[in-house]
This record gives sequence, C-alpha cells and structure tokens, in this order.
Amino acid sequence: MPGSFDYGVWIVCTLLEACVVVSALRSNSLSRYFFLNIYMGLSFLASVGRYLVISRSGVSSMEYAYFYFYSDALLTIGLYFALLNLYSLVFDEMKVGRYLKIGAVVLLGGTAWFSYAVINQSSHRILSHFAFELSQNLYFVGLILTYVLWGAILKLRETRARLIQLVLSLGVYFSAFAADYALRNLYPNLQGAFHYVTPMLGCILPAAWTFSFFWVNEEARLAPSRLATVSR
Amino acid sequence: MMAAIILVCSAVFFLQFFVWYCRSIIAVSAKQPLSPEVQDVTGIQRVASGTDFNRVMQLLQLCPERPEDRQGIQAIGAYFRMLSFVDATIARLVPSMKSWTDAERGHCTYFAAIALERRISFSRDMLAQQMDA
Repeated sequence: MPGSFDYGVWIVCTLLEACVVVSALRSNSLSRYFFLNIYMGLSFLASVGRYLVISRSGVSSMEYAYFYFYSDALLTIGLYFALLNLYSLVFDEMKVGRYLKIGAVVLLGGTAWFSYAVINQSSHRILSHFAFELSQNLYFVGLILTYVLWGAILKLRETRARLIQLVLSLGVYFSAFAADYALRNLYPNLQGAFHYVTPMLGCILPAAWTFSFFWVNEEARLAPSRLATVSR
Repeated sequence: MMAAIILVCSAVFFLQFFVWYCRSIIAVSAKQPLSPEVQDVTGIQRVASGTDFNRVMQLLQLCPERPEDRQGIQAIGAYFRMLSFVDATIARLVPSMKSWTDAERGHCTYFAAIALERRISFSRDMLAQQMDA
C-alpha cells in the first residue's frame, strides 16, 4: 500500500491541479486558455481515479498499472491539445490555426505508429509496454514542439508574460518527464528511486501554472529575447 | 539507444527551460518597485546583491506563508543554488561567467524582496479584516 509520502504528494498535486482551474476562473482566463484548463481538469479526475483504483485493487495490482499507464498516455494526448492552444495564441494574428490542427493530428498519429512499431519488433508485445513507449515518445515530441514554439516566441517577439511563462513551464515539464521515462527505460531496476521522483515531477506543471494564473497579470509584458541571452 | 538519445537531449533542454523560466519569473517582479519600508528591512536600496539572498529568505519565512507564491519562491531558491554552484565552480575558470552569476544572484534577491513585500501586505490585509470583524 502507498505510504504517507505517496499520499502527501498525491494530495498536493491534486489540489494544485484544482488550483489551476480556480485561478484561471478567478482571472477570467478560462476561455482563452481553454484546453490548458480542460487538461488540468482531466488530470484532477485521473488523480481521483488513481486513488479509487489503489484503494480498491492495491498499488501493485495489474488494474492500477493499466489504469496508470493508459490514463498517463491519454493525459499526454490532452497535453498536446494544451500545447496546440498555446500555439494558436502565439500564431493568432497569422491565421494558421487550420494548418496547426492538421500538423498536430499528423504528429500524434505518427508518434503512436512509431511506438507501436517499436513494441511490435520486441519479443514481448505487451499492451502496457506500448502505453509506456507511447508516453516516452509523446513527451519527447512534446518537448521538441515546445522548443519550436519557444523559438517562434523569440522570432515573433511575443511579449505576453503569462503566455511565455506557460510555455516555458511546459518545456520544463516535458523535458523532466521525457528524461524520467528514458531513465526508467534504461534502468528498470531503479524503480525504488523513480517511486519518489516521478510523482514529484507531476507537481511541476500544476504548480507553475497556478503561479502564472494567480500572480502574472494577462497585461504584463516582458522581452523574451532578454531571457535567452546571457549579458556580459 | 533511442532512450539514451532522449535522455541526453531532455537533460540539456530541461536545464535551458529551467533557466529561462526562472528568469521570466524574475523579469516580471523586477518591474515592481520596493516600498521604502521593505527597503529598510532588507537593506536593499537600488541594486540587490546575491549575498543578501539568504537573509531576505529568512525574513520571508517569518511571514505567514501564501500557497500561491510558494512555487515561485521554491523555483527561484533552486535557481539561486544552481547559480551559486556555477559561481563556485565554472565561474572561477571563466571570468565572464562571474559577473553574470553575480547579477543573476542579485536579481534572485530582488525577487525574494518583492515576495516579502507581498506577504507583508497580505498579512496587513488579514489583520485589517480581523479588526473590522
């Protein structure tokens, strides 16, 4: 059964997920950042769902393993839509929303196909391995897309401080999880360490987004080029 | 092989995004002026120094905590520790890094002072509400 650490991190993370939606509502930003808030709402439901599965079947049960990896894969897809939301805000004036949607669907399908191809070649074709491989690749593709978006922000001289912080925190989250999944893939015998690290990484995004929605005004501006350069 | 490539790239991107994110938090707070009261308490008049960071953080911990600003303070605390590490290692070999880490550590201190200002005004508002009740 999970210990007090697991429950502590779970409570903090679930509360932060709810806080993001409440903070967005409070700052009248729900419709502008609609998919970001939908994703956080779904994360909140997934957290509650995981707790229910643990209390019914136990943390070492197959039900929990399947629920965890499949909800994670679905949430990562949800995060793609959140990223798409940020893309459409950055490219708002260029009217390229249709192309962005097509591009995102093609990338999503391509990543799923690639993950399936990798699992199909291995000796043990287990569905949970597919979900694991899919999550790792989706996080990495998400990271690349966030990097491209950051490049576009610099190029287009986007100055909205909240939007910039949401994109950068997404980059931190994607890179942390892509590294975490890759490490788990490389060193499967280090499960003891990942047991503590992975849930804490899950708190990064809700914590950063709560901060952005609560403290950073929609009208606040900053120069992104100054963030990326080292003054001498 | 694929996992190893993902790990190396992700670690590099993580470091970059973390630094940019922390600098964006600092940049937003850098535009806010410090009240004369907080200037007196922290000793920061115009330019903050990295050596004052721990003292300002101690003052910050004396005020009632606000859950909404905890994440930003933790992120900047981690960024400050990272800068201190760079200052004590790489910056000794590369002199141009030294001035950059000093300036960044000063910005971290200014961020902590702004957070202190927010907490003081929050405590004051709470006290006023209790007095009214």
